[in-house]
Amino acid sequence: MVEIRFHGRGGQGAVTSAELTALAAIGEGKYAQAFPSFGPERRGAPVMAFVRVSEAPIVTREKVYEPDIVIVLDPTLLKIINVEAGLKEGGVVILNTSKSVEQVRKESGLKARLATVDASKIAMETMRVPITNTTMLGALVKVTAIIEIGSLQDPIKRRFGPIAEKNMNACSRAYQETKVVEE
Amino acid sequence: MSKRIGIEVSIALADAVGLCDVDVVAAYPITPQTHIVEHLAELVAEGHLDADFVPVESEHSAMSACIGSSAAGARTFTSTCSQGYALMSELCYIASAMRLPIVMAVANRAISAPINIWNDHADLMYARDTGWIQLISENGQEAVDLSILAFRIAEDQGISLPVQVNLDGFTMSHVIEPLMMPEAAEIKEFLPPFKPVLRLDPAKPITMGPVGMPDVFTEARKAQDEALKSSKPAIQAIFDLFAKQFGRQYKLVETYKTEDAETIIVAMGSIAQTAMTAIDAMRARGNKVGIARIRVFRPFPAAELVEAVRGAKNLVLLDRVTAFAGGEVSGPVALEIKSALFDNGLLPKVGNFLVGLGGRDVTQQNFEEMVERVTSAKNGDLPAYEFINVRE
Repeated sequence: MVEIRFHGRGGQGAVTSAELTALAAIGEGKYAQAFPSFGPERRGAPVMAFVRVSEAPIVTREKVYEPDIVIVLDPTLLKIINVEAGLKEGGVVILNTSKSVEQVRKESGLKARLATVDASKIAMETMRVPITNTTMLGALVKVTAIIEIGSLQDPIKRRFGPIAEKNMNACSRAYQETKVVEE
Repeated sequence: MSKRIGIEVSIALADAVGLCDVDVVAAYPITPQTHIVEHLAELVAEGHLDADFVPVESEHSAMSACIGSSAAGARTFTSTCSQGYALMSELCYIASAMRLPIVMAVANRAISAPINIWNDHADLMYARDTGWIQLISENGQEAVDLSILAFRIAEDQGISLPVQVNLDGFTMSHVIEPLMMPEAAEIKEFLPPFKPVLRLDPAKPITMGPVGMPDVFTEARKAQDEALKSSKPAIQAIFDLFAKQFGRQYKLVETYKTEDAETIIVAMGSIAQTAMTAIDAMRARGNKVGIARIRVFRPFPAAELVEAVRGAKNLVLLDRVTAFAGGEVSGPVALEIKSALFDNGLLPKVGNFLVGLGGRDVTQQNFEEMVERVTSAKNGDLPAYEFINVRE
């Protein structure tokens, strides 16, 4: 089983990212759970969302405490949240940032394996909005291969309707441009 | 054919209610039940469901409208939780006494104060003595199946009682997961049209819910009690019919690895799932642990529970509510089980734990700790109940 934690701010689509990941996995015949950090929703406030993906039925309802993967949709969160908290040994943090891995490491002190992509830029260029949820999914697929990129097509289409294609383009571009640092 | 889909549990439940061809939905939104009611309103507004959606001004009005529509012979659904249930509860007694087969989904949530929108079983227990049948789900599939079953059970002419379908708020209601969604035609085959025993009809006037003087009140109460009593075997028979058609078998009490278990956990709702994973881990270390999961809380399946736990030396009984009884008796679920054990001359070592209150997570580790606590305690050392995970 792979467990993923998304960090974002209310309105950036972290919850949608989690949902689309689960729907794509379920579409592949796998088992998945997606859920937000339960409670009131506030635009702009730090939010989390969670996904479990597994080949076997998932028989647990506890929260995700030790994710294999952490995805950070908003670079400003690094200053206020320890995004590495609970990350499993060998886990990966996938960051939306315009900075180099070295610079991020220096500024944030993150110790985990990192993957970076300038999702804000990609989202602005392909969709003209700074919402990075579908963009970051391209990075997720690049880093982990827990789902195939094509499996996102159907859930994205159903969620976004007329703007689905732009979202899929942003997702594909992020898949191409994500840099994974092996250490 | 049923189709495997990924879907939020609330939406799936609402879709299932829609597929049951409900006639009237009267409900007031309250977190975390909101998505269920919103989606039903959407289905009606968009013309996918031919039903009357009554947007009432309170839960009290919701149940009042449900009583009226069910009495008129309409298949009726509502949903609520927590404070909403509390406001509605006065009418819930009346719905059951009038033998009206209303179905209600309860997205279980704590009752204030402190104000808390998260999951525990305070509302489930609040409803315990209202004369409704109470079904408990542990995952999305069960929430969907039990909603379909609820109409079949409620409307069975031999039962004719209102039914609650309980699902844990947020930890189930807001989770996207895979499940098999039956098709309308399959449900139609399983669920015949609603034919009420009696209904309000201007052509053949009758009175429902009149005053009951002391000379008839006891008889009315006994008749209602008999109805709930005799519903128990009928519910199992309907579960068996469902299994024949859909291949998923439900039981009043469901067990996991209890056959040779020295320690048995008894739990209700979604935490039972986490418990099963904890049991696998404990078994891998040679610890003989199992679980009995309560699927139907009213009518209470005492005989089935006693059978399930008969061989165990230790019992870990869970309650997701504070009972405020003064400290010397256990929580409500444990009390029922202890009473059944006493009636059957069984005296295992029993620990009762109050867990998962107001959204506090219950982890696999917690289950291991509770099992360890009971197995290592000396007889007589365990209190009537204990809170776990408390900061002091």
